Amino acid sequence: MTNLTLAVTTTGAAFLASLVEVVEAFTILLAVGITNGWRPAFAGTALALVALALLVGLAGPLLALVPIWLLQSVIGLLLILFGLRWLRKAILRAAGLMALRNEDAAYERESAALEAARADRRAATIAGIVAFKAVLLEGVEVAFIVLAVGSGKGRMDFAIAGALAAVVLVLVVGIFVHRPLSRVPENTLKFAVGCLVSGFGIFWFGEGVGILWPGGDFALVAIELAVLLVSLALVQLAARAAEWVRE
Amino acid sequence: MSALGAVWRELLGLFVDDGNLAVQATCLLALLGLTVPTGVIPPLVGAWLLVGGLLLILALSVLGHVLSLRPKRRQGQ
Repeated sequence: MTNLTLAVTTTGAAFLASLVEVVEAFTILLAVGITNGWRPAFAGTALALVALALLVGLAGPLLALVPIWLLQSVIGLLLILFGLRWLRKAILRAAGLMALRNEDAAYERESAALEAARADRRAATIAGIVAFKAVLLEGVEVAFIVLAVGSGKGRMDFAIAGALAAVVLVLVVGIFVHRPLSRVPENTLKFAVGCLVSGFGIFWFGEGVGILWPGGDFALVAIELAVLLVSLALVQLAARAAEWVRE
Repeated sequence: MSALGAVWRELLGLFVDDGNLAVQATCLLALLGLTVPTGVIPPLVGAWLLVGGLLLILALSVLGHVLSLRPKRRQGQ
């Protein structure tokens, strides 16, 4: 694979997948900061980032000890399960068979819960814990995405760059709009990420178990296209099948 | 402990949503992981089975969800 193709696909996959997670964490963080002040929000975030750094610091060096074929097979399997899960949900949502996730609703829900807790003396602690959990849980997902996307070809730098770009973009947009980032078309992003991640997973799992891809590394592009076309067809098929079932 | 439990549930939730989809995909991958390296299935056939099999499993999962929306009929009707 050319360096450019590798850079674009790896950075792009890490960026899009991380963007979804960062938006989710940022929405909860905004709710905490606006309703209970920024101090518990920042304290919870800082603690979560330390925990996350420890987790990645421990997991990262261990990867170097694993044989590449085993790493590709296991990471491929995880990426396939992760990607197909997102893709299935995105297809069902695009076909109108599942409610779209709404960042505005998530923001209002968190705000209402925190407003109710505000009367409580422990409100700041609760707000800090909410921020900690949100950043830690979404951060673990971003860390997994970076490790999985970056380690398959040994180019962690591209994956880290993609994830960092997502964090910076969300922070900049968030600071300016100061509202939940509900305009980010989350389902479209999840659909794209599901296709990309599933494609990566299929390619790496294949390499790990000794499959010889026709066209070598360029087969990745063909696999991504196949996943995309089948998924788009499934959206149409699912929408029609749902109409038929309801009649 | 509850925070650790939440992290574990979140991690598991990353990969498993529809149990059937996860089990079927894992079975296909395990089968290919055993048969391709040992030469039982040629690598090129393995490539087609991997891509086609996973897309078929995805399609079955999506269509299975659609069929599950079918209104249940009362017994005897």
